[in-house]
Amino acid sequence: MNRHLISAGDLSLDDALLILDTADELAHMAERPVKKLPTLRGRTVVNLFYEDSTRTRISFEAAAKRLSADVINFSAKGSSVAKGESLKDTALTLEAMGADAVVIRHSASGAPRRLAGWVRGSVVNAGDGAHEHPTQALVDAFTMRRRLGRLDGLRVTIVGDVLHSRVARSNVLLLSTLGAEVTLVAPPTLLPVAVGGWPCSVCYDLDVALPKADVVMMLRVQQERMNAAYFPSVREYSRRYGLDAARMALLPDHGIVMHPGPMNRGVEIAAEVADSGRSTIVEQVANGVSVRMAVLYLLLGGSGAQQ
Amino acid sequence: MTGTWLIRGARPLGGDPADVLICGEMILGIGAKLDAPAVRRGSQRADGAQSLDADGLIMLPGLVDLHTHLREPGREDAETVSTGTAAAALGGFTAVHAMANTDPVADTAGVVEQIWRLGRQAGRCDVRPVGAVTVGLAGSRLAELGAMADSAARVRVFSDDGRCVHDAVLMRRALEYVRAFDGVIAQHAQEPRLTHGAQVNEGEISGRLGLTGWPAVAEEAIIARDCLLAAHVGSALHACHVSTAGSVEIIRWAKSKGWQVTAEATPHHLLLTEQLAAGYDPVFKVNPPLRTAEDVQALRVGLSDGTIDCVATDHAPHPLEDKETEWEAAAFGMTGLETALSVVHEALVEPGLLDWAGVADRMSTRPAVIGRLSGHGRLLPGEPANLVLYDPSPRDVIDPGAQASKSRNSPFAGMVLPGRVVATFLRGKPTVLDGKLAW
Repeated sequence: MNRHLISAGDLSLDDALLILDTADELAHMAERPVKKLPTLRGRTVVNLFYEDSTRTRISFEAAAKRLSADVINFSAKGSSVAKGESLKDTALTLEAMGADAVVIRHSASGAPRRLAGWVRGSVVNAGDGAHEHPTQALVDAFTMRRRLGRLDGLRVTIVGDVLHSRVARSNVLLLSTLGAEVTLVAPPTLLPVAVGGWPCSVCYDLDVALPKADVVMMLRVQQERMNAAYFPSVREYSRRYGLDAARMALLPDHGIVMHPGPMNRGVEIAAEVADSGRSTIVEQVANGVSVRMAVLYLLLGGSGAQQ
Repeated sequence: MTGTWLIRGARPLGGDPADVLICGEMILGIGAKLDAPAVRRGSQRADGAQSLDADGLIMLPGLVDLHTHLREPGREDAETVSTGTAAAALGGFTAVHAMANTDPVADTAGVVEQIWRLGRQAGRCDVRPVGAVTVGLAGSRLAELGAMADSAARVRVFSDDGRCVHDAVLMRRALEYVRAFDGVIAQHAQEPRLTHGAQVNEGEISGRLGLTGWPAVAEEAIIARDCLLAAHVGSALHACHVSTAGSVEIIRWAKSKGWQVTAEATPHHLLLTEQLAAGYDPVFKVNPPLRTAEDVQALRVGLSDGTIDCVATDHAPHPLEDKETEWEAAAFGMTGLETALSVVHEALVEPGLLDWAGVADRMSTRPAVIGRLSGHGRLLPGEPANLVLYDPSPRDVIDPGAQASKSRNSPFAGMVLPGRVVATFLRGKPTVLDGKLAW
């Protein structure tokens, strides 16, 4: 595996399966009374969050602590330029403190890649702009495999604002590596113009896509899109691309509903769908800790054990 | 060091070797086996001629850049007129057009005269200030174009470069107004609404990297509109840094109509593609953005067949801290004065799209005509001795640290490029000798 996890596209099939299998083992351990492992004792993991994201930060923090790492939370809201200190200076500071891994969330696409050029430790991308969120894709794949027993050949439909979604990008890359068949469903305004080159198919009609989907993943619609002519109104978006109970009934019996959170209930997903038995939304959160433990363990654990 | 120079054995425009005799500021003669005694018969001034052995070197008229950012006044941390003209001389340039987006903006006679005087003081390269089209580059009302034209700086090229004159009425008026003093409007073609927050070429790379796309149509729509406006009012339009295959097609069509439309392409758009953005290193961040390999090829063909009139560097120096950031936070722009000739050599001469006479035309003669600049662009007896000697044989790694520009944001860093500027003469006085500043 690479030293960093910046793009889901950097993972080979073997890498991805190793992470998922390791997460499985770690999830079993989480069922024991003592949840903590000594694997990363004495190692330092920094959570560098330039954007608010309580759920992702807590997930990484819990993962690092269960592996006995020392965790430093560094919250730097706003852009580095606006705040004065540059990302590079922050990187040099973390380097001086001896960070073994930096988990970074940033509003600018590519910030983790830049950071990786300035620190010796491992960089884990916890979401960068509209680029990628590889650990979320790993969590989603892990959840699908647990629910449906396989990934190879699985038909996954991702619905919503693909253009601005880091979750969609990472999922398309990871799921295609894992052998799943991905279909993107969105109004054409919310798809990249060159989406034809992506390893997936595209459909504008949710009702056509649903009967063939083993998994439907609903993406959050950001408030600011609603004012930028990407679609005429929230109601129209919801009518055409929202998942309500009637639409959910189009899914095959085993079909599941996913959402990376946070949800806009009543916009892209109806409350009764979010709370139904098909929904894996709470499970995704729980699985997040196991998967992020596996990522930190595999990026840091091997070399740590040797030292 | 002005005086008499006998340059022996250089190949003017890449042709047969010849000797060139420079007396004072002028080229006195070009011919086979000139020597001082032969010339003495025609002139007493050839006594004590300094000789320069130029065997194997190509002689071109001094290069003329229509698009340079010298940053002074206002951003002397990035470049000054002094450092920028030193870089220009080392790149083989004898004249540069200094863009108006300084601080204060070059939108009054006072500011353009200041820049012009700084150029005269630096003395290594003629500096022709470009005047802003609109006050403060704000795109709302015309700057005093006539006052800048009548000033000591004699401004003829006007541009809001960095911003597009997007208001169609304002653009029409500007095109019409400058006809009174034979001016030209150089448009930075970028439809602002289509490029809000744009970072990289819209296409495969913008989708993959999650960066806001800068679509080709945002350039092409403005160029098409402006060609039609220029035709309607019978004025001269110059399209800055054309970057897409579609723009080349539109300009080719406009020229076929006989309209007064000219265009430039930058060295970086002639050699580099959007794929370089994949590592998020903002040294490759530029406006307009690097495009696709198909666009690069269309620009090369356009320059070769004359659709694109000239190469202009868009030399845009930035201090390190404005580039050592996240991509979105970084400044747009690349340096280019010191690598332009080598890039054109690599991108056009090597593939056989342009010979050295063509290079002289696209990098000196035509930009001088577009800039309404006399005394540059012609390698002929009786003309001012503005010329460059270029050794086409070496291939070297580009090292921005060794350049004279104050900034280091060269996208060609680490690349191996052909050729080396050996000497540059400005009105008979060497500014560069043996590849180094002469003084």
